[in-house]
Amino acid sequence: MNVLTDPENAIGSGSLHFKLNRRQKTLIITGLCSALLIGIILAAQLMSNAGIATNFSQQNLAPSWSHPFGTDWLGRDMFTRTIKGLAISIQIGLLASSVSVVIALVLGMCAATMGEKVDAIISWLVDLFMGVPHLVALVLIAVVLGGGAKGVIIGVALTHWPSLTRVIRAEVMQVRSSQYVLVSRHLGRSRWWIASRHILPHLLPQFFVGLILIFPHAILHEASITFLGFGLSPHLPAIGVILSESMGYLAAGMWWLAFFPGLSLLIIVRAFDVIGDNLRMLLDPHRAHE
Amino acid sequence: MNSAKYVLGKALRMISLLIALCLVSFILVKNSPIDPVQAYIGADMMRVSEEQRELIAENWGLDKPPIEQFFSWAGAIVQGDFGTSMIYREPVIEVIGQRFAASLALMGVAWVLSGIFGFLMGIIAGMNRGKLIDRAIKWYCLTLAATPTFWLGLILLIIFAVWLGWFPIGMGVPVGVLSEHVSISEKLYHLILPALTLSIVGVANIALHTRQKLLDVLESDYVLFARANGESGLGLVWQHGVRNIALPAVTLQFASFSELFGGSVLAEQVFSYPGLGQATVSAGLRGDVPLLLGIVLISAIFVFSGNLIGDIICSVVDPRIKEDRSSV
Repeated sequence: MNVLTDPENAIGSGSLHFKLNRRQKTLIITGLCSALLIGIILAAQLMSNAGIATNFSQQNLAPSWSHPFGTDWLGRDMFTRTIKGLAISIQIGLLASSVSVVIALVLGMCAATMGEKVDAIISWLVDLFMGVPHLVALVLIAVVLGGGAKGVIIGVALTHWPSLTRVIRAEVMQVRSSQYVLVSRHLGRSRWWIASRHILPHLLPQFFVGLILIFPHAILHEASITFLGFGLSPHLPAIGVILSESMGYLAAGMWWLAFFPGLSLLIIVRAFDVIGDNLRMLLDPHRAHE
Repeated sequence: MNSAKYVLGKALRMISLLIALCLVSFILVKNSPIDPVQAYIGADMMRVSEEQRELIAENWGLDKPPIEQFFSWAGAIVQGDFGTSMIYREPVIEVIGQRFAASLALMGVAWVLSGIFGFLMGIIAGMNRGKLIDRAIKWYCLTLAATPTFWLGLILLIIFAVWLGWFPIGMGVPVGVLSEHVSISEKLYHLILPALTLSIVGVANIALHTRQKLLDVLESDYVLFARANGESGLGLVWQHGVRNIALPAVTLQFASFSELFGGSVLAEQVFSYPGLGQATVSAGLRGDVPLLLGIVLISAIFVFSGNLIGDIICSVVDPRIKEDRSSV
């Protein structure tokens, strides 16, 4: 076994003639995942509500061609409910993680540029938010805000910034002490000039990648908190609602009520992960040539 | 000496964070739509008159200014009095004590199993970089990280309880038996599925981390030197790899208490396991403020102690960290 000659690279260069290179492959996979996500949001808009209306002639059907995910005890088509639920999750996740990323960006910049005291306070805040188990913090915020979509969005937005704040702080620290920034400062450039021309361009990729990487956590936490009964109202076809309702029917052998919606959620979360990782690889100059 | 000072500093920081947490959660709950008197009365709403409500509020000091209320609450907490749970009608500290013991058994099993298996999987993947088994383990871990814990629980429930019939569906103890009369074997029996769920999910993080660390170590100069000396295979990894990657893995595993607790809330809900996670959900849904605040504080102490233990182990075992700190 020889680990020193990297087998991944060896395979890549040996089969260059008939295979796409890694960058092309990465781009294609990223494109496919994005198409999947956009497709789900569009499909949810285009699907009629007829599928999720109560229909007692179609109760408790196992998966078939006309109902790929089966139907539930009210005769609602589970495929339609799942797609609509995923679209709701994606929208809530997007909103909550955008807020989180903005908080992280502002706090990370402040921590790195506004002196030791501010830095200490922000790192103490990060510790405070990381100290309470994530789910307990979400429950507390949801309860205090009286539950509902508002409680979920605010809860998820307020609890997902700490780790990204650390990353951005470290990034800003690094750029600030680099040679060209020091030169620029000695040439008499103002703080604002340095922040907007030298530091911010470095943070933009962090911003977008951070957004996409927070996304999976946001969606999973939204589904969890809804599953526990603190989140979205039971009338919405959210994945958490579908799964918590399904618990009463599993003993009757209706496995499809839980299996397909959860699996779809897993695929969506994984797709976001893949997009985030690939973007990071493409945007990071140190890793772009891998 | 140095590490004692370091640990003391960490402990002081932890206390300051806990005080802040008390303040923040008190303010949050104070401004929430929950009416504690309403939550306390619950179903007896019709039989309690307006005057009686006011008496209860006065008895609890709800008519006093919020700052005074905070200090009387915080003073009681310092003495270990968390108040009385409204839904269990027992002191909060006793409810938490009983439930935490059940949860601790669950989390302990999952923590040990996921730690051991995750570490082994990480080493296997790292030693076989780029081969099929490495890619399989990586794919498995990344997929697990994207899996909703409660969905995995439901799937295990469908397979083992509904299809195979090996386990009862839900219920931490058999129906119709007092909790004192439940034997240890029955308790263990009900622990298996939730613990399995948590272990399966918990493996991902530690395995990926260990794999990456091992790859870093294997690329180092001293491993190159060891290879030049003719060492290879398991012996090489044991001599030079494991010693270097064990410590970060242990720290990471202690730092995972927060996710472990969150996972146990979900797993307990799926399997109706009577632990602290289930109490959290009932406290939140039914507006039991004293219990909810108690759980927030206890779970935070749990997470902080995990981090603190990780830090202590690191600073005691690893001489480099001591040196690093004294030079800073």
